[in-house]
Amino acid sequence: MQPVIITDKLTKHFGNFIAANELTFEVDKGEIFGFLGANGAGKTTAMRMLCGLLTPSSGKATIAGFDVYKETEKIKRKIGYMSQKFSLYDDLTVSENIRFYSGIYGMNNQQIRTKTAELLDELQLQSEAKTLVRELPLGWKQKLAFSVSIAHDPDIVFLDEPTGGVDPVTRRQFWDLIYHAADKGVTIFVTTHYMDEAEYCNRVSIMVDGVIAALDSPSNLKKQYATDNMEDVFYELARKAKRKAD
Amino acid sequence: MKILLFLLEKEFRQILRNKQMIPLLLIAPVIQLVLLPLAANYTIKNISIAVVDNDHSTFSRELISKITASGYFRLTGYTAFYNEALSLVEQNKADLALQIPVNFERNLVRENSAKVFIAINAIEGTKANLGGAYLASIISDFNSDIRINWPAAPAASDPPQVAVISSYWYNPFMDYNLYIVPAILVTLVTAMAALQSAFNIVQEKENGTIEQINVTPIKKHIFILGKLIPFMVLGIILFTLGLFIAWLLYGIVPAGSLLTLYGSLIIYLFAMLGFGLLISTYSSTQQQAMSLAFFFILIFNMMSGMFNSVDSMPQWAQTIVQTFPTSHFIKIMRMVVLKGSGFSDILYEIGAMFVIGLILNTWAVLNYRKTTG
Repeated sequence: MQPVIITDKLTKHFGNFIAANELTFEVDKGEIFGFLGANGAGKTTAMRMLCGLLTPSSGKATIAGFDVYKETEKIKRKIGYMSQKFSLYDDLTVSENIRFYSGIYGMNNQQIRTKTAELLDELQLQSEAKTLVRELPLGWKQKLAFSVSIAHDPDIVFLDEPTGGVDPVTRRQFWDLIYHAADKGVTIFVTTHYMDEAEYCNRVSIMVDGVIAALDSPSNLKKQYATDNMEDVFYELARKAKRKAD
Repeated sequence: MKILLFLLEKEFRQILRNKQMIPLLLIAPVIQLVLLPLAANYTIKNISIAVVDNDHSTFSRELISKITASGYFRLTGYTAFYNEALSLVEQNKADLALQIPVNFERNLVRENSAKVFIAINAIEGTKANLGGAYLASIISDFNSDIRINWPAAPAASDPPQVAVISSYWYNPFMDYNLYIVPAILVTLVTAMAALQSAFNIVQEKENGTIEQINVTPIKKHIFILGKLIPFMVLGIILFTLGLFIAWLLYGIVPAGSLLTLYGSLIIYLFAMLGFGLLISTYSSTQQQAMSLAFFFILIFNMMSGMFNSVDSMPQWAQTIVQTFPTSHFIKIMRMVVLKGSGFSDILYEIGAMFVIGLILNTWAVLNYRKTTG
């Protein structure tokens, strides 16, 4: 397997504060990689560096073969991103949002039409195509935001707490979408606070105070910490944190 | 290029869907052009005058009736004592006191000259100034009138007179609407361009959609262009509407070519939109953008010669005003609308606006970062 994300001692500090300290890991193509950690552990900082939104302080990283310092705009062609903060235009309709985001990635009208039909079908939102996004329930918005973030067929998609505030049934449906995308070869890099979601990942890393404290498959981690659930693993690691959560 | 079209499509959809924007765009110019010229009118009427008539002659009465008939003055006191007139001024019942001395008529007939005395209450500066000037011109008018009608003018003893006759070119009747309406049109476009463009980007910051844009491979200048063009179009629509209302209400038709006018407008909008975009790159909330934009817009509007002449400011202030695109555009508007100036007459102003616009826009593009440090 060819790794699509490679980092080597990737570090980011803001003044004296080290938000992310010497992160070193690899993520393979088509993998679902869980990125766990308490609030303030440095997950979002790390993710923003990998997306080319934030310049690292030191260390190395390549995303889809491109350097995070010099080739951020090339990286941006290869990735999708869905932030914590809801990121669709709520004064545009469902299909207008799909059209806009596909369009700015350079897709033509024909491709956009096909893509829109395909997405609406997958999300079963055909009847809501002309509904303003602001009128959709949160769970639907999140599913739509995910589908829009992979509409341009990226190699990797970064999801920053995509299921925050969403009910369990919708979360389940959301993960069906994630699996579906991973099956098509999209690498999934996801942060979450839900331990049941951590179980769905191929591998998870757990960040504590800006460093990666553990990185393995959920089953190996459970074995290592002699427990039958990820909750205990997370708690065991996270309670060692000295940094105050925000 | 194709990407720009997608951006424009999205911006226009959002603008057209904004329930506040369109009424604001249609109603604001009407209200501003109806109300503001009333406030900015310098023609002063109803100046109260107290007359001290110590002569009680035909000529003194003629002079008084000429003053009251002018329509600018209201006779609020008629007395024989100067002190009484002065106390009227002190009580704010009169703005001016005019004293016609004893033997006014006799001196005028015999010695061919007579003096009158004017006392002006200078607390309301503009009123006093203009009132004094009006009065002086009425008196000089009176003076020449009686000379013409003099039955037995002793031609030999009449000294040759040089009279200064001023005529106001391009605005012969000193109609203040003609002076102020083009400037109001400018402020109208200024506020729209600077505020809406600043708010628009900051709104994307607040909603978090800008971050989604920042992870796309979209080029910065394309994104900025996608924000600039829609507001350019709105500015042109607003201006056209304002021009139409100026014609409808005040009968103002630009003396110069529309091509010159719109050409300058586009360059002005380019500069002001650049200013709005620059503000948006420095603000993370709409409140910040609002405070920043208002601070500058107020200065732009007040100092750019809308109400007062830039030429009468101190040199250092004039130098600062040179950097305000608004001052150049107000000048252009007056030159083109009132005087009918062509492109060659306003090259300096156009050039200045273009340079300022280029600086502001470049600054905005450079300061807008898709990747933060």
